[in-house]
Amino acid sequence: MVRYFTRLRMRRIYKWGGRPYIFDRKLKSYGFEYLNMSVEGQEAVTTVTPGQYILIEGNDDEYPFVAKLLKFFGDESHKQKKALVQWFLRLSEVPQNKKLLLGRSPHPQEIFYYLGRACDNEINAESILGTVDVQHVPEDTPFPEPGTKDTLYVKLSWDTKAFNVLDPVLMQDTPASTPPKPALPLFPPCASPTATPVSRGPVRRALPTPDPTVMRRAGSVSDTRATMSAGKRSTLEAESIHSASKLSASKILSAKRRGSAADTPGVRKKLQLSIGASPGKKMTRADVLCELLDEEMESEKVISLKLSSSVSHSLQHGCSLSPMRSGCKTPNGQRRFPWKLSSISLDRLSPTALGEQDLSSDLLLAVIPLALEDEVFEAGLPTDAGSANTPKKRQATPRRNYVREQKATTPSRRKESAMAIRKPALGVLAEEDSEDSPMQPIALTPRSKRKSAQLVSLRIRKQLNLLDNTQELISDGDDDCFVPSKKDLQSSSDEEKTDSEEETRGRNCKTSVRTPCKTPSKKKDLQSSSDSEEETMVRKTRGRNGKASARTPCKTPSKKVTPSTPRHATPSIPSRTVPARQPGNILEEARARLHVSSVPESLPCREQEFQDIYNFVESKVMDGTGGCMYISGVPGTGKTATIHEVIRCLQHASDMDEIPTFRFIEINGMKMTDPHQAYVQILQKLTDQKVTADHAAALLEKRFSNPAPKKETTVLLVDELDLLWTRKQNVMYNLFDWPTRRHARLVVLTIANTMDLPERIMINRVASRLGLTRMSFQPYSFKQLQQIITSRLNKVKAFEEDALQLVSRKVAALSGDARRCLDICRRATEICEHSTSHPSSAGLVRMNHVMEALDEMFSSSYITAIRCASLQEQLFLRAVIAEFRRLGLEEATFQQVFVQHRALSRVEGLQPISVSEGLAVCQRLGACRLLLLEASRLDMLQRVRLNVSQDDVLYALKAVRD
Amino acid sequence: MSKRKVKETHMPVGECISQVQMILRERFCHQRLPEKPVGMESQHKHLLELLRRTAVHGESNSVLIVGPRGSGKTMLLNCVLRELLEVKDVNKNVLPVHLNGLLQTDDRIALKEITRQLNLENVVGDKVFGSFAENLAFLLEALKKGDRSSSRPVLFILDEFDLFAHHKNQTLLYNLLDVSQSAQAPVAVIGLTCRLDVLELLEKRVKSRFSHRQIHLLSSLSFIQYLDNVRSQLSLPQDFPDTNFYDEWNDGIKVRHFSSYPQLVDVLQRHYNSSKDFRSLHLLLMLALSRVSASKPAIKPTDLLEASRVCMVDSKANILHGLSILELCLIIAMKHLNDIYEGEPFNFQMVHNEFKKFLQRKSHSIHNFDKPVVIKAFEHLQQLELIKSMDSSTAKIQKEYQLMKLLLDHSQIMEALQKYPQCPTDVKQWAMSAFG
Repeated sequence: MVRYFTRLRMRRIYKWGGRPYIFDRKLKSYGFEYLNMSVEGQEAVTTVTPGQYILIEGNDDEYPFVAKLLKFFGDESHKQKKALVQWFLRLSEVPQNKKLLLGRSPHPQEIFYYLGRACDNEINAESILGTVDVQHVPEDTPFPEPGTKDTLYVKLSWDTKAFNVLDPVLMQDTPASTPPKPALPLFPPCASPTATPVSRGPVRRALPTPDPTVMRRAGSVSDTRATMSAGKRSTLEAESIHSASKLSASKILSAKRRGSAADTPGVRKKLQLSIGASPGKKMTRADVLCELLDEEMESEKVISLKLSSSVSHSLQHGCSLSPMRSGCKTPNGQRRFPWKLSSISLDRLSPTALGEQDLSSDLLLAVIPLALEDEVFEAGLPTDAGSANTPKKRQATPRRNYVREQKATTPSRRKESAMAIRKPALGVLAEEDSEDSPMQPIALTPRSKRKSAQLVSLRIRKQLNLLDNTQELISDGDDDCFVPSKKDLQSSSDEEKTDSEEETRGRNCKTSVRTPCKTPSKKKDLQSSSDSEEETMVRKTRGRNGKASARTPCKTPSKKVTPSTPRHATPSIPSRTVPARQPGNILEEARARLHVSSVPESLPCREQEFQDIYNFVESKVMDGTGGCMYISGVPGTGKTATIHEVIRCLQHASDMDEIPTFRFIEINGMKMTDPHQAYVQILQKLTDQKVTADHAAALLEKRFSNPAPKKETTVLLVDELDLLWTRKQNVMYNLFDWPTRRHARLVVLTIANTMDLPERIMINRVASRLGLTRMSFQPYSFKQLQQIITSRLNKVKAFEEDALQLVSRKVAALSGDARRCLDICRRATEICEHSTSHPSSAGLVRMNHVMEALDEMFSSSYITAIRCASLQEQLFLRAVIAEFRRLGLEEATFQQVFVQHRALSRVEGLQPISVSEGLAVCQRLGACRLLLLEASRLDMLQRVRLNVSQDDVLYALKAVRD
Repeated sequence: MSKRKVKETHMPVGECISQVQMILRERFCHQRLPEKPVGMESQHKHLLELLRRTAVHGESNSVLIVGPRGSGKTMLLNCVLRELLEVKDVNKNVLPVHLNGLLQTDDRIALKEITRQLNLENVVGDKVFGSFAENLAFLLEALKKGDRSSSRPVLFILDEFDLFAHHKNQTLLYNLLDVSQSAQAPVAVIGLTCRLDVLELLEKRVKSRFSHRQIHLLSSLSFIQYLDNVRSQLSLPQDFPDTNFYDEWNDGIKVRHFSSYPQLVDVLQRHYNSSKDFRSLHLLLMLALSRVSASKPAIKPTDLLEASRVCMVDSKANILHGLSILELCLIIAMKHLNDIYEGEPFNFQMVHNEFKKFLQRKSHSIHNFDKPVVIKAFEHLQQLELIKSMDSSTAKIQKEYQLMKLLLDHSQIMEALQKYPQCPTDVKQWAMSAFG
């Protein structure tokens, strides 16, 4: 592997290599054959050609993104350097909650073929770090020992829902090291005839694949529906010819396939014969195709079913022939795995046909890149096969023959690789815990000593641990990518079982459509379980031998904890020894249900708000756009709860595959120490990185403004927005500015208490970005409060109807705070329980209990406090009032009051107290806040004010006398 | 057993006295918890129930214990905690965290203290590392990971709760109360405060998250109960080693002894009128106890009277006793100025003039003082804080012309003059005369 260079240290220089060729005249975009990368100040030049696997600079320097390069292109000025890629995911990029779906411990060098649709496959070529080797490992073979430490392995594909066995066809093994050799003298006319042999492959590859994303982007997203109509006719014509030839090809192919699978050359030859009619015509057809594809991409949605549904049908049948796909043959399966069907088995038309059926543009978006990518694979094939495969044939059957060929060749290849893998397997596995090691040329890197020290200590710890059960080892090795769950503590076989069970259960519960796929998944599970067992074995032995490998296993470098903090501190509260007791009787049950923390099944009385927010977020997620929403309302009106409910529903919908997956992040202005911590928290929740606020802001800025890979829409909930206010308001500005970026895909929901917060505290440019999508939660009315309690109680009969009504009316009149309402009810149950001698015999909560609870919570304690005060204190209060009356002011100094006090005590027949005692009395009243006092250092001159109304004081004192 | 008892009765009196003093000192000064809190049974039951539910059922709660100073808030809570921890199920299951608003003056310190007391994993030894933000995130994450049934309940005890409300943004309170109202690790937030208006200090979103449970400790005990308390506080416990001494001591403080001394009852009544709390009572009893010795092995009513005299004494009048004649004369001059100008502030020059007038007209015994000497005396009075400067910026104005106010009441001055040893008669007369 070529060493990639971190951007911070060195500047890389990128130069296009080879001659540019125009692949879209309209947009004036050029394709390029290869890219020369060099580092400033160094001579070594790395050449990257399409078909190679590359590392792409990402948020994390240690783990760059992995992708297969499909094509280079740029604009007229040659300054813009773009590339089209097929993404691969590391496990760390898979959402946390989905990681368990893997059902086994991941290989540290394992990556997953990305079949999702949310990901933008166009990247900036200047973010390429270098090349990497990627090997496909057949699903039932173990991971090989790494020949080079930098090889990554692909076994499964990830479609944002589940891990699937990767169709080997997708992973055409492009030898990245050997430049593709010219297989044919025949080139499309627009490709440079003088191109070097090295460059030919890429050129040809790039030619027939106008990139849909490029088209869309370069065309500045104007979604040119108008041009479509112009191009449509030709499209149709071309398509009909095309499909006809394709059809025949497919028929022949399938027939051939049935005959013998391994007979690849034969197939190829035959295809060539059957299709390759006129080399002269081919050229024009290529052109037509080229254009046709453009149009098609632009008019994805609108293309009619006229495009010969028969073709797509037949193609679907064709697809069913491939053994891997047979499980997905059902019509529903098509919907579930649109990418598979379309990209692998169907011709490039079928995605559109599919799109028609689904009427979902999102689906299409996702499908097309994959389709395209296939084309690239296909194009790449002839070169590495080295056969005299004609471009003619390729055009006639754009993808399918490739697929077939792949199918045909796979068995042998697999065997080979399996053989190759078996031998050094032990070594690989020994290295297993060094996660992502391929990315780290360990011996070469000038890594800091600290890190190596950490690694060593880690290894020592591991060896110490080996006496414990093996599972601990596993979890130790894996805790970087998995949330350490309780399951980790079970034995390995248990884990596998439960995991696989979980997986199947998860699939079953989704839809019945899933069932056909069950067998493959099970197979995978079995295999993976055996895999992991083997791994543990190996690890055990390795641990026993205590052999330190040359390469130190490393902990995730992404966890950049400050050196002072203990490194592996997991935030947790110790668990209790005795389990919590469950509620025993009805009242306890009711109390548990009425606790604010108990999550209700549904949120009554907020249906309208729920619907509005749901629609807002759903539409944004569906469109892949961004937006802001401001939600206001007094505390306890269910703002946060409603949004959580919305997100829960949306997550469910996304699990059911009704909407694209999205990410939900929640921050709370009150839960951070400083507004700028918002950046840190967002970044940490997005990527698990721990950085400083400034750095986090920069990273987020980059993340949201670059067209770099966006996996999914991010929904960000900002609670207590007013706390994020800073003098410059840059935090708010950024939060509201990001959603407006083109590539951000960020939906921001903000919550605060005041309705006019944007107008009051925000400067114009911030308020403007927040926009006018606002919503206000009204305080609950008494009927709503009653409904809330009733729905929470959910038929637990603990309250009298009237009692409930009293509580809800009282609370509605005061604040409309649902929390308060629930708290009062809870207190009432306690009072009810205590009022009877035996807790079990306690009946319903009645009016008097509720009244008592209300009194407790709402009555002011001042009057009781005055009544319970000592005589001198009461006298002092009277003196204060007397002095106020005398002065006609609501304020007097202690000296003045004390004169009155002395007089009053004489009247009362009490021995007058000394000034010191008087001051003590005054201070006591001040501590209770019955009086408001100045600082006590003013001594006699401190001013005294009443904190209670004079009437209240007199009322209380009068009651005492009587 | 009986043999040993007989032997023990012969314990020397001195040893008995030191035993008594040890027991009572622990009670008065070290705030030893009583067997059972008196006069607050319902509050005790309420709090115990609440904390028991948190400990046993994992129910999150928040409560405020409100009462004037010395009303027994901490005592009640400690009694409840003691009782709670005696329950076997609970003992190992709760994590009490004690915070005090006077010690944890901001959220940063409070968070470190919480983390330290919970002994979370970012605690090394006794130190908590990491920045404020990290600590907060860590603690919240820890609490969030817990759930009702499996994690140990945490009891946050916030003494001087009102001071926490003054922290920036009330971040700590918000977070603790938010945890108590959401499905996270079970917590009980117990606030102790003497401010009746504590809820008004809370921001509205913090207030909404508080459960509004308040336990008020407002003692309404009568004088009879107060006397009972005095007796019970002084009486020796059953397990006192020397039975004879025990009997004698406890007999000596019976109520009938008290009531036979009307003076004593008056004194106690006066204390009761002044304040009902235990702290002032403990102070009184402590002073009385310190007069007990081997030669006088019982608390006599006279001891209590003497102690009460010490307690009731006016501190400023005491300071006046220690002043020189010159200083006293200056004070009297100030008093006259106060009378003439109705409490308007004065400066040194005015006081000095008044003093000179007195010397010229009436004085026989006091000879003239130099001005610097008088200034020195005046400054001494200022240091004793018997007079206080009214201007904030002292540097700008000359010393002689700074405006001052007298921090003494006329009654205090007159009282001090009466008791002043060998006060010249002319000075006394000057003080008594109206308008100098």
